[in-house]
Amino acid sequence: MPAETPALEVKDMRKRFGSLEVLKGISLTANDGDVISILGSSGSGKSTFLRCINLLETPDEGVVTVAGEVIRMRRRSDGRAEPADRRQIDRIRSELGMVFQSFNLWSHLTVLENLIEAPVHVQKRPRAECVEEAKALLAKVGIADKWNAYPAHLSGGQQQRAAIARALAMRPKVMLFDEPTSSLDPELVGEVLRVMRALAEEGRTMLVVTHEMGFARDVSTRVMFLHQGRVEAEGEPEALFSGATSERFRQFISKERG
Amino acid sequence: MDWGFIGATFLRLIAAVPLTLEVWLSSVILGAVVAAGVTWMRVSDSRPLKAVARAYVAVFRGTPLLIQLFIVYYGLASLPAVRHSLFWPFLRDAFDCAVLSLGLCTAGYQAEIFRGALIAVPHGQVEAARACGMSGLLLFRRIIFPIALRHGLPAYSTEMISMVKATALVSLITLWDVMSVALKIRNDTLVTYLPLVLAGAIYFVVNYAIGAAFLALERRLSPHLRARTS
Repeated sequence: MPAETPALEVKDMRKRFGSLEVLKGISLTANDGDVISILGSSGSGKSTFLRCINLLETPDEGVVTVAGEVIRMRRRSDGRAEPADRRQIDRIRSELGMVFQSFNLWSHLTVLENLIEAPVHVQKRPRAECVEEAKALLAKVGIADKWNAYPAHLSGGQQQRAAIARALAMRPKVMLFDEPTSSLDPELVGEVLRVMRALAEEGRTMLVVTHEMGFARDVSTRVMFLHQGRVEAEGEPEALFSGATSERFRQFISKERG
Repeated sequence: MDWGFIGATFLRLIAAVPLTLEVWLSSVILGAVVAAGVTWMRVSDSRPLKAVARAYVAVFRGTPLLIQLFIVYYGLASLPAVRHSLFWPFLRDAFDCAVLSLGLCTAGYQAEIFRGALIAVPHGQVEAARACGMSGLLLFRRIIFPIALRHGLPAYSTEMISMVKATALVSLITLWDVMSVALKIRNDTLVTYLPLVLAGAIYFVVNYAIGAAFLALERRLSPHLRARTS
């Protein structure tokens, strides 16, 4: 029986900024429906890892495979890596929905325009179809009535839900969340986590860099704990949170609970 | 008060408005095109291009427009090489010289406005566009340019108004713009202030209209920067 093609596979990713080695060989396999929480204290490399997957940062080493398609890299004359085919990068990026810590909605466009921008102009899908789908997505994240508002007129929680809907509007194969609740007021965190939990329950493949221990333990199918650019511990949340595997992880979660 | 004289003077000044506007519009358009090139060099990764762009801005912003105008109109014409060159039919014409020199000067200012507008585009919004698969011209056209435009408009409208006033300098190189008509009437009639006051009023109205047009455009493009009404 042939093995299932993983939705996303990362092999031995390395990245350095100057003399600082941020990622020291990280691998990950996400099958369809996996929800992988990536934890770690600041400076552990977790955000850099996520950003290297869709090449917002260029990894120095490593192979990223999205639904069986390898992202082709090459060496420049100075020895640094760069994408071999910019068009492939654009296409792969449109298959990886990214949600940022600071939302990054386009300020000059309404919420609905934010949602249909990439489907219409990158994926070249018919506008009417995109609008219909966008409205359904806004209803799903609970801000259907805000379709005509500008991002500046929304609360942080509403903006982040709109940003999640924008990522979903491209029908991505994998969703990447980069600390999606870290810049929200505490009382707004819940509404965003509820949306993410609903996505996990409908079987979306998700990579979530987060400090939300509750989400990591209760929602994710796997947890990856990074420490100084290496995978310090990895496994099912129950096993990991029981504290059996890693002393560092135990210290980390006790500190996070503060 | 001699209403007949006021009326006649006013009509003669109004008749010169088209030339003033023609010099203005031609030079700001030329300036915008040159400025786009200078800005492109300024934000490129190439050190030599950056240096050229910086030098351009420094020279044209750092010297009086009147000197630039005289150098283009009188100075170049005194060089035999220029008089025998391909550009002579163009450079012997006062209108073309005025547009060239005003255009090159405003380009220096416009390039700085463009650069500032580009810098003000939030990096996160550009990154979000990249993450959606946008790059190159599409990214510029759909995200960077619209956001930069909104940042640049207020400063740009100021520059447009400055340029209307700068066109008054072309009266010194034989063009019959509003200013030179005013000076002529003054010389001919020995009425010292009235032509100047009327000319000033005409410049004011033109500039007020330009300012209002830019404000309207700004409001139209930036509903997201206004307070919620509902």
